[in-house]
Amino acid sequence: MISWLLPQASSFASTVDGLVLLISVIVGVWFILAEAVLFGLIVKFQARDGVRGRYVSGEEKTEKRWVSYPHYAVIVFDIIIIAAALRVWNDVKVVAPPSEEQVRIVAQQWSWTFVHAGLDGRLDTADDIRTVDDMYVRRGRVYTFELHSRDVVHSFSVPAFRLKQDAVPGRIIRGWFRPTLEGTFDIQCAEMCGLGHGLMPGRVHIGSPTQHEEWMRGLTNPGATARTVTPATPVTRVAANDPAYAHPGETR
Amino acid sequence: MSAHDAGRDPGFVEKYLYSTDHKTIGLQYMLTGMAMALIGAFTVYVFRMQAAYPGSSVPLFGRVAAADYNYLVTMHGTIMIFWVAMPVLIGGFGNYLIPLMLGCDDMVFPRVNRLSYQIFLLSSVVLVASFFVPGGPFGGAWTAYPPLSANSAYSLTPYGSTLWLLAVALEFVAFLLGGINFITTTMNSRAPGMKMFDIPIVVWMIVLASVLFMGSVGPLVAGAVMLLLDQVVGTGFYDPSRGGDPVLWQHLFWFFGHPEVYVLLLPAMGIVAEVMTVFARKKLFAYRTIVYSAVGTGIISFFVWAHHQFVAGIDPRMASLFSVTTLIISIPVAEMFFVYIATLYGGSIRLTTPMLWALAFVAEFLLGGVTGIFLGSAGSDIYFHDTYFIVAHFHYTFFPIAFIAAFAGITFWFPKMFGRMMDETLGKVHFWGTIITFNVCFLPLFVTGTAGDHRRVFDYSGFAELATPQMQNLRILATWALLAMLAFQVVFLVNFVYSLFKGEAAEANPWKANTLEWLASSPPPHGNFETMPVVYRGPYEYSVPSRDDDYWPQYEPGDTADDGAPSGPRSVEQGA
Repeated sequence: MISWLLPQASSFASTVDGLVLLISVIVGVWFILAEAVLFGLIVKFQARDGVRGRYVSGEEKTEKRWVSYPHYAVIVFDIIIIAAALRVWNDVKVVAPPSEEQVRIVAQQWSWTFVHAGLDGRLDTADDIRTVDDMYVRRGRVYTFELHSRDVVHSFSVPAFRLKQDAVPGRIIRGWFRPTLEGTFDIQCAEMCGLGHGLMPGRVHIGSPTQHEEWMRGLTNPGATARTVTPATPVTRVAANDPAYAHPGETR
Repeated sequence: MSAHDAGRDPGFVEKYLYSTDHKTIGLQYMLTGMAMALIGAFTVYVFRMQAAYPGSSVPLFGRVAAADYNYLVTMHGTIMIFWVAMPVLIGGFGNYLIPLMLGCDDMVFPRVNRLSYQIFLLSSVVLVASFFVPGGPFGGAWTAYPPLSANSAYSLTPYGSTLWLLAVALEFVAFLLGGINFITTTMNSRAPGMKMFDIPIVVWMIVLASVLFMGSVGPLVAGAVMLLLDQVVGTGFYDPSRGGDPVLWQHLFWFFGHPEVYVLLLPAMGIVAEVMTVFARKKLFAYRTIVYSAVGTGIISFFVWAHHQFVAGIDPRMASLFSVTTLIISIPVAEMFFVYIATLYGGSIRLTTPMLWALAFVAEFLLGGVTGIFLGSAGSDIYFHDTYFIVAHFHYTFFPIAFIAAFAGITFWFPKMFGRMMDETLGKVHFWGTIITFNVCFLPLFVTGTAGDHRRVFDYSGFAELATPQMQNLRILATWALLAMLAFQVVFLVNFVYSLFKGEAAEANPWKANTLEWLASSPPPHGNFETMPVVYRGPYEYSVPSRDDDYWPQYEPGDTADDGAPSGPRSVEQGA
């Protein structure tokens, strides 16, 4: 259902969407049934002259089963949902496939810094490529990221990936994604982080292998980084003046 | 109780401002809550206007800057939960109803009760004062996650954050004092004959809510003290660079924060039970199941808090555990709602204004309840966390709690409180106006949230996926519905004030209800009852076949189960 509104740009996007669809169907049926019974009873048992209410304590077994049978069904559906939810959670957040590429994501008030591993595929080497608010990834590769925050709690959210992870100062939080769709998608900060919380948009650019290589070459020259920053966002001015920007390799 | 001198006429101050009478204190809580609701409504008006028409000047406010937007959403959440839902449902109805429904003359500790309201009033003043300090009010969301809330270098509100915290802490003190009274009074001051299972459900619920509140608030008070020290003295409890941990606050906050949901839900459900039984002329279906379910819900609610933190950096394996407990809590809550719906079966339903509100509570809360499943399931919460889907979800729970149930209660007990009936026509206009606009306001937000709209963003223009005309139209629709909903509240205020002075005079028991408060005159005098009532039966003996009347008040002497009547209502209670 989410895919009607937003493309599925990561390998687990369809997994999350499938879970949402499953839950929608189950709770949707329950919701409609419960409302139907509620409104049905309201209509059927309108006060009429000469007709009194019935005296039903609801404490007898024969009466209680009207409530308890649906209730057992609720428990069954709860178990189905738990099983599905935990499987999805496990696939997205607990077990990661072997890493093929690395990226370090640093959140701060109010911008994102992305440290790409560069052509050697390793972080903290001379050819690391640092960008602000724009992340460049290759379609089909498994990326592991490490998420840092320099100040307050932020949340790295890529709706098209169905991925969200808070960035907490003092912690390095790891996760993964595998982009599956070429294009440019939004990155949000999803946790209130102060004055500029609404001004923290980023973008993830997913390219084919050749396109990605081109980007990486264009960005290798650190001077080129500044030109890739969209001048329209005021946030980037904040980031451009940040000391972290001037000292590649140092994240905190 | 010794504080009552029935014969003496207290002056205006002692009667209305410095009273130990539980009814006055209840009304003080309620009216303060309603006044705070006006501030809460104004904040939502301003930030929804910004969401619909970013950058334009909002009438009565002006242009909304990013800092304004942040403090408006923060204050809206804070006020509506702590200064509207809590005082109206717990402080207001709890104080007003508990002694009356238990058949006693006042709370056990009337002066503690007065102190409770005074501290609450002080907390309101502190919160409102924070609007006027240099740097402005706190804008770090009602959850106040540090380090943002702990350090003014991040929040830019040096005084606002401290006053916010102080106000919340004072508010907790007020409700702790109130809770002591609720629990003690219910344990010790019930009318002769009133057994535990003769207590009206609303009293059960408010007392259970007080127990939950007392059990959960302690850790948060400790957390608040640490946060205050971080802010003011510069300690580092939540500062990782000095050995602290920001996630600690999240645990302490949500350990309180989730039981708090049920602290508010239970009293609302209690009010709805009273109204539904009266206007369906039905005995409450499976009374004891409701009490046990409420107790179960309360206990489980202490084990679900981390579902607010699935993506907050906690160990991902822990999320699985909390996902399970969260879905488990759906079991007793679903049970309660099934029981409420079953209560209607075989009823003789009269759709008066209070009954419409009570039924709307069930109908609307169902949607809030089922959408919670998406969020309790860790796998789908990855996507929905901090989106407008959550905003829509909890408004479908909190709006029924704080407003729909409160309107049910106010319209139901208004005759008792003020001795006059409210106007039914105005009441129904207000009901339909509010319910329709409420749905038109929040259904679109489920859609924008599903499409990825994240919360507390004052301008979506930087987000290509969110800045589309379709999404903006949904935001505008929600805002217009909100404006209409706010406009319909004027109808309520007019009805309230008009009925207060010009309403038809109410008799002691205008709804032909069973519980003890309807024995007292309307409004009840200081000391409540002319002769203290004795209880002969449970609170929900409606439509008992052997009687001419379709109600059978708790206080009316008459057959008990001992008379051998086949459908003796008392027998059920004595099985306990």
